[in-house]
Order: sequence, then structure tokens, then C-alpha cells
Amino acid sequence: MDVSATDRQLLAALQDGLPLTARPYADIGAAVGLDEADVIARLAALRDAGVIKRMGLVVRHHENGYRANAMVTWNVPDALVSEIGRKLAAYPFVTLCYRRTRRPPVWPYNLFCMIHGKDRTTVEAAIRTLSAESGMAAYPRQVLFSRRRFKQRGAYFGTCAPSLKEAS
Amino acid sequence: MDATDKLIVNSLQGGFPVCAQPFAAVAADLGLEEQDLIDRIAAMTEDGVLSRFGPLYHAERMGGAQTLAAMQVPLERFEQVAEQVNAHPEVAHNYERRNDLNMWFVIASDDPSAIARVIGAIEAETGLTVYNMPKEEEFFIGLRFQV
Repeated sequence: MDVSATDRQLLAALQDGLPLTARPYADIGAAVGLDEADVIARLAALRDAGVIKRMGLVVRHHENGYRANAMVTWNVPDALVSEIGRKLAAYPFVTLCYRRTRRPPVWPYNLFCMIHGKDRTTVEAAIRTLSAESGMAAYPRQVLFSRRRFKQRGAYFGTCAPSLKEAS
Repeated sequence: MDATDKLIVNSLQGGFPVCAQPFAAVAADLGLEEQDLIDRIAAMTEDGVLSRFGPLYHAERMGGAQTLAAMQVPLERFEQVAEQVNAHPEVAHNYERRNDLNMWFVIASDDPSAIARVIGAIEAETGLTVYNMPKEEEFFIGLRFQV
């Protein structure tokens, strides 16, 4: 779908989140000059078109006990990457799974998974589980545990000032 | 966080209704009072348990762009380079990771040309190569974080 200028204004107004009020869509509408029904119709259309991936809340993993994370990347044949990606994404501990552009020779890997767990042992066990999937052991792999997090915020779109939250 | 907070977090990660009185609808589903639900979400946001409450955008379908980039940063320069990279508002997450490529960050913008501009600026400011690894395919993730 085409995202109109009005839609963008609306999404920009929601950048810092939905108002925590009984009629949040009416309140956000008042801020951008739309009535409640129009806001609801626009947001529903944006959601149905996938422009809004979902409405809801975003948990900060670290504060919720998910203290360990690893990015695992594999170099798998291009012909198989979609099938393997779908398979790995089905595991509950895989929180993101993408095919990405390779950057050989520095980074020849094309399949990227994020794994979150309560601690490092849990994440290591999860990586072993993925590696035990048929054929996975044969593919070159890199496991990157995080040492420090400098920034975690939602992607920034629109015209509001971004809220940058520094965290250790 | 008590059991009610956990119930709220686990149920709302899957989505939130778009209707006139969404908190009332969710509260009814969960057996809570509307105001109690609103107060608890506000408290969890203030405490930093939740980073935000609202829509999550699909960068490309917004007409924007998002990418993952990595750099090999000499350890003695790491702090300084992190500051230079994080100073760009388009840089969303930045992690230090244990690898030769030791800094990994997401660049997102509603203007697709911003990606190349930010990468060029970071390379100029740091004198280091930025390896850009844009997404080619996203594989569907069902579950969110159980708390």
C-alpha cells in the first residue's frame, strides 16, 4: 500500500508509544487533527498491509532476565537458505532470523539468527540444538556473543526527536 | 513484576486491539479492570521492563530502509568509535561482540538514501570500513519473550 503523508504524521506521533488512556486512538488523533474513527481505520489498514508489523508492547530483554544473547551466522548454499531459515526460525529461542548479503572475504555468511536466553549456558545449548538440525554441522559458522549493549531502541521513523536510551 | 504483570506482558506481545476502547477490551479478556491494566503498563514502562508500547514498523514497507552493519574496531579505540557511531540518530542498536568484527549495529531510517549517507559518514569519521549486510529475506518468528 501507499503510505500517505497523513499516515506518516500519525505514525510519527506514535513514535514514543500509544497514549496510556482509555481512548488512546482518539487522543493521538487529537494531536494530529484526525478523529478517532479515522485513526482506527488508518492503523488497521497499515497493520493489515504489514506496514505496522504489530501493535503491542516491546519488552526489554535484559530487564526481563534474558541476559545472554548470541548472533549465529552460517554460510549455507543460496539454493537452501530459505528452507533452512524457515526451519531455524521455528525454534522458540530464535528471536530473529534473516538472510543477509554476504561480505566475503571478511564475512561470507548469509544466514543470521539471534538467540536470546536467560544465561550463556542456555544459549549455548540452543546453538547446539540448531547445529544438530540435519546438514547444519557441515556449514561454516560464527557464533558471536554480545559483550556490551550501547543502544537499544526501536527503529526511528518520522519527524519526532528520537528517544535514545543508553544502557549497559 | 507480579503474576498479573507477567500475564499482561505475555499476552500483549502478540498484539493489541485497534478499536475505540482497546484497554477495556484487553482488560475484559484478562479479567482485569481497565484502569488497573493502564496503570500497570505505565509502571512497567517507567521501570524499563517495557521499552515501548505502540506500533512496531516495517521499515521497508514504510518506504524506509534498515540494515545491519559491522566494523572491526581496534580495542584501544573502541569507546571513541562507539560514541562516533552512536551519535548518528539513525543507529538503532549497537552491540560489542566477541569476534574480529567486534561492533555490530542497526541503521534505520524512513529515508532509504540515509543508509549509504550514514555509512559514508561513519567511515569518514573513523577511518574504518563499515561492512553493510542488508536483509535479503526475513523468516517468520512466532513467539516473543515469555517473562
